[in-house]
Amino acid sequence: MAVAAITQYEFAPLDSVEKFHGNQLLYIGWEDHLLFCAPFALPFPPAMRFGDIVTGVLPGCFGYHPDFARIDWAKAEWFKSGKPWQPDFGKSLAENGLGHKDVIRFRTPGLNGIAGSSS
Amino acid sequence: MDMHAPKKKLGLKEKYQVMTRGLDWEPSYQKKEDIYPYATYEGIKIHDWDKWEDPFRLTMDAYWKYQAEKERKLYAIIDAYAQSNGHLNVTDARYLNTVKLFLTGVSPLEYMAHRGFAHVGRQFPGAGPRVACLMQSLDEIRHAQTQIHALSNYNKHYNGLHEFRHMHDRVWYLSVPKSFFDDAITAGPFEFMIAIGFSFEYVLTNLLFVPFVSGAAYNGDMGTMTFGFSAQSDEARHMTLGLEVIKFILEQDPDNLPIVQRWIDKWTWRGYRVLTLVAMMMDYMLPKRTMSWKEAWEVYFEENGGALFKDLARYGIKIPKCAETIALEKDHLSHQAWGTFYNYGAAAAFHTWVPEKDEMDWLAAKYPDSFDKYYRPRLEYWREQAAQGKRFYNKTLPMLCQTCQIPMLFTEPGDPTKICYREVDYKGGKYHFCSDHCKEIFEHEPEKYVQSWLPVHQIYQGNCFPEGTDPTAEGFDPLAAVLQYYHLEFGRDNLDFEGSEDQKNFETWRGQATKNV
Amino acid sequence: MSTVFIAFQANEDTRPIIEAIAEDNPHARLNEAPAMVKIDAEGRLTVRRSSIEERLGRDFDLQELHVNLISLSGHIDETDDEFTLSWNA
Repeated sequence: MAVAAITQYEFAPLDSVEKFHGNQLLYIGWEDHLLFCAPFALPFPPAMRFGDIVTGVLPGCFGYHPDFARIDWAKAEWFKSGKPWQPDFGKSLAENGLGHKDVIRFRTPGLNGIAGSSS
Repeated sequence: MDMHAPKKKLGLKEKYQVMTRGLDWEPSYQKKEDIYPYATYEGIKIHDWDKWEDPFRLTMDAYWKYQAEKERKLYAIIDAYAQSNGHLNVTDARYLNTVKLFLTGVSPLEYMAHRGFAHVGRQFPGAGPRVACLMQSLDEIRHAQTQIHALSNYNKHYNGLHEFRHMHDRVWYLSVPKSFFDDAITAGPFEFMIAIGFSFEYVLTNLLFVPFVSGAAYNGDMGTMTFGFSAQSDEARHMTLGLEVIKFILEQDPDNLPIVQRWIDKWTWRGYRVLTLVAMMMDYMLPKRTMSWKEAWEVYFEENGGALFKDLARYGIKIPKCAETIALEKDHLSHQAWGTFYNYGAAAAFHTWVPEKDEMDWLAAKYPDSFDKYYRPRLEYWREQAAQGKRFYNKTLPMLCQTCQIPMLFTEPGDPTKICYREVDYKGGKYHFCSDHCKEIFEHEPEKYVQSWLPVHQIYQGNCFPEGTDPTAEGFDPLAAVLQYYHLEFGRDNLDFEGSEDQKNFETWRGQATKNV
Repeated sequence: MSTVFIAFQANEDTRPIIEAIAEDNPHARLNEAPAMVKIDAEGRLTVRRSSIEERLGRDFDLQELHVNLISLSGHIDETDDEFTLSWNA
């Protein structure tokens, strides 16, 4: 489908990767913890180690939640674009196949939010 | 009102004929398609513009007379309200935050509506709709001006209202109403009419104005009540224009039906997403509530909108399919929205808070299937934490929907425990959406929505700092820089209501108003 | 049958109008909300100039309704003497 227009209608996307100063965007959501109202958007260099995000960045994002300190990362289930997916913590984002504006989520079995309310 | 209704020389129908069609003329030395260059490219086929009927048969002379009467009433009340320090009679200073949201989010749209209807009125080849659009264009600038005048009284006393126009173009949540209207005004004249004239004015505007204005009255805000009702008195005419447009287009050619249906589907959803702000205002921000968002939706959309779509069925129009999704969201929308502003209360130009116990009980009674189960635990946890000095401020930027630009806060239809994620690959790029409907809108016109100015992405691109900022400098504080760019003062315009300058001033002034100190 | 409605500000100007509508449309329901009155009616609602004039004791132009009107729903048919709202289905 195309926009109905009086002349040719073509414009560059506003959020292409080269506009992010060497970073790419990664969206990260924590399932069953809607105390955080929405998934996060974060800019990272593609060479960043995945494990460094988990240990260095996620505590700042999610650490407010009492469940966060109880997470056993070995048991976390990961999803990329909604499908089961296994990251390698020792490898970079690029090596993990994560590109600009990919969305990942993690589930932490047994941790279901404030009073089990998915909050 | 003391008006004279002199004996008329012409009946209503004849007068309308003379004062609209009678003033039109056929061009002789320019081609019609050159004069109205935007009349055909959207694919809408019109064979006879004279079939257009304005049921109100309002002519410009009568228009000026009644609008002048409305203005006199309005300014008499606004002046009296200001002279008597009426602002101290509102129920609670928390109420004022609805006014801040309205001025920054809605009033600039009134101005855009003025521009939109002026443009569309110029482009329609028929004299009837041109006159109706001219009146609506004048109404809309009147709304913008009266709102700004009325609310400027609050700006003398309270924070967050000082730069509403500057904020409208920049602040993250204001990109939601702004992009909604920019989307409409950049469409063709027929789509604009269906978007704003029909879907917004007819189907949704009651949800914005009636509960909001009635709520303002209930909370002692005579200024807002007055401009609201004065604006709303024009809305009845706008709604009628919207309905006439639909009927007219559908009666002109059967090929118009699928185009119109798609626009109704799109714009009902786009408008509904903007009303997320109204939902939370009704359920969380009015200290004294009139009705819940869910009740308002049931009365104004399900009942009245249902009657409308049943009537339009004779043209083949169906109720927008998003109505099913909306029905599933109505128990959750306001709670999820308020939770979002509570999260990002450090970056908003108004104050947020956790509802008091009696307010939570009201919410539980209005939302028996959702509030206690999903939302009360969250709010109570926040309240406990705040009491211990650990008020939650989310400092990481959220993922946004490419179409409606709202943070991805909405849950899967039917499952309020899971965020709803949708995505599309388009020309090598990934795009994310809050819902099937926002995704479909993108898929139909991806060239348009790849241009979305998403505030979060713009911040990360470095476009939302004051000029001359060096984000690589030692100790750079991105939140502080973004708030400066918004012209929002940290600690004064934002953060919790508890402890705010607004709260303290209101208490002090109200004390002075009732005692000799 | 679908419901049409008309809503007015609640004030001295509209009191005789609302009374006239209520009397001319016995099937209508009055819903009062803060500062406003919403009148719902199954299928059809008629506002008569003569009934309003009787209460006001002066001539009335139905277009004066615009000054205090808040909202409405239904197809409109307006003449010099009557203002009618209706749904076809």
